[in-house]
Amino acid sequence: MDAVLHALVEPGFLSSPNVRLALAIGGLVAIVTAGVGVFTVLRGQSFAGEALGDIGAAGGSSAYLIGIGPLWGFLGISIAAAAAMELIGIQRARGRDLATGIVLGLGFGLAALFLYLGTTQSNTTGAPVTILFGSLFLLPSSNLPLVLGFGAGTLAALATLSRPLMLVSVSPELAAARGIPVRLVGAAYLLAMAVAVALSALTIGAILSTALLVGPAACALRLTSRPQRAFFAAAGIGVGCTWLGLLLAWDSYYWPPLHNGWPVSFFVVTLVLIAHLASGAATARRPHGRSR
Amino acid sequence: MTDAPALNVSGVTVELGGRRILDDVGFRLTAGELTGLIGSNGAGKTTLLRVILGLLAPTRGTVEVPSDGRRRSVGYVPQKFLLDPDMPLRGRDLVALGIDGHRLGLPRPSRARRERVQEMLAAVDAEQFADVRIGRLSGGEQQRILIAHALISNPRLLLLDEPLANLDLRSAREVVSLLARIADEQRIAVLISAHEMNALLPVMDRVVYLADGRAACGTADEVVRSDVLSRLYGHRVDVMRVRGRVIVVAGDSDDAEPTHPHSHDHGIEVF
Repeated sequence: MDAVLHALVEPGFLSSPNVRLALAIGGLVAIVTAGVGVFTVLRGQSFAGEALGDIGAAGGSSAYLIGIGPLWGFLGISIAAAAAMELIGIQRARGRDLATGIVLGLGFGLAALFLYLGTTQSNTTGAPVTILFGSLFLLPSSNLPLVLGFGAGTLAALATLSRPLMLVSVSPELAAARGIPVRLVGAAYLLAMAVAVALSALTIGAILSTALLVGPAACALRLTSRPQRAFFAAAGIGVGCTWLGLLLAWDSYYWPPLHNGWPVSFFVVTLVLIAHLASGAATARRPHGRSR
Repeated sequence: MTDAPALNVSGVTVELGGRRILDDVGFRLTAGELTGLIGSNGAGKTTLLRVILGLLAPTRGTVEVPSDGRRRSVGYVPQKFLLDPDMPLRGRDLVALGIDGHRLGLPRPSRARRERVQEMLAAVDAEQFADVRIGRLSGGEQQRILIAHALISNPRLLLLDEPLANLDLRSAREVVSLLARIADEQRIAVLISAHEMNALLPVMDRVVYLADGRAACGTADEVVRSDVLSRLYGHRVDVMRVRGRVIVVAGDSDDAEPTHPHSHDHGIEVF
């Protein structure tokens, strides 16, 4: 037993402070993105999530350029972008897709510029990878209280709004007739999504951030027909993919031939994809007819 | 037992973008009665429902709806909407949201809440499919769930926007008789908008007939007559009754005489 464990977990995994911090931050972020992601998927807003992530790349890189933590850059620009999207009304892919595509392209263009300026000044080539693809093992411990605070706040807001948000998602007309301020609820949700995307960008990078937002949630929604169970399932899948991804990335330092470690994000998004395929297979195997 | 008016619409005029959508519409609904809001597409039915729901302020006129303290005691069933079949919400959950869906915070499950939902599901004969995701229900089944969602807060007025559109004849009959039973047993006023009147004829206590934003109200025998509808449309309209069904033949408004039904497909409205 000990030998099996030893073969699966290369030495030093749990005793490394970097790993413990990565497990804590990655786990917290996976729980927050799971909660927000369930509504992202059922509202059909994964496009908006992707847009926030793309634009977030410019935020993270500008933070790097001016020398503040990338989390602040991700948060700032993602919230600003959410506000702009709410005002212009581009939250879904349909309509205005050309203009949206160009604006999103600009996000990466700015990221390219900021990263170029930043790396030529300070000569640290790791920044582009950190911003775009994340590097969970290298996060400073000062991020933990921030992630905890923003994450808890987002989940609390989501819990507070859950019932009106569900009604608005089912039918805005039905919600409006009950006196629910449909637009306000939608805007509040978009704000929660902006924070979740920023947190996700911190862990697996701006480009991959939506994978953690919608992937586990989409799996969960295939497995259960109840919103609360979907949240717990998505959180479980998200945390599982993140922690297993961390473990594999740690182990990969010992893999031949290079022995220099693969990025965590690669493992996390691959595991999310595997979970998605597995959940699809699980629902397809169910007895035919009208499944629940 | 005398029932107070459950809805009082008087002199409602709505102008949007210089166009008059509703023109001095007035009628009352009484608890326990089922009323059809009849008119072709574009006659102003949806606008009138939006005014009654308080989602649109009329240019002139007033609407009085029943209220319990601060909340309006109005249930509403929107037109059939397309839902993602994977939406993780069972019919049972949507009905429960009818109790407290506007409240903040997480729902507190309780036995009383579960029993109330079960009771409501039974009242609309929706128990068999209560645990299926709502996006996977048929049109008629979705209607039942939506009706239960609207009724569970004990409204005194129930509005339904084209509940029979997209339903096959059998489901339409079932929904209509269900609504008639609800109006009678729960002593609430039910207002059903429809462009097709025949499915409602057997159960409808009163008709609000809309044409070009103007309304005629009364029992079906009082309103659905050639002279009344001709006055409402402003040109000659013939109402025929064939084997218990009503057929309304309307000419174009420019013509003094009605055109031959066969020459104008849009000139004949078969109700």
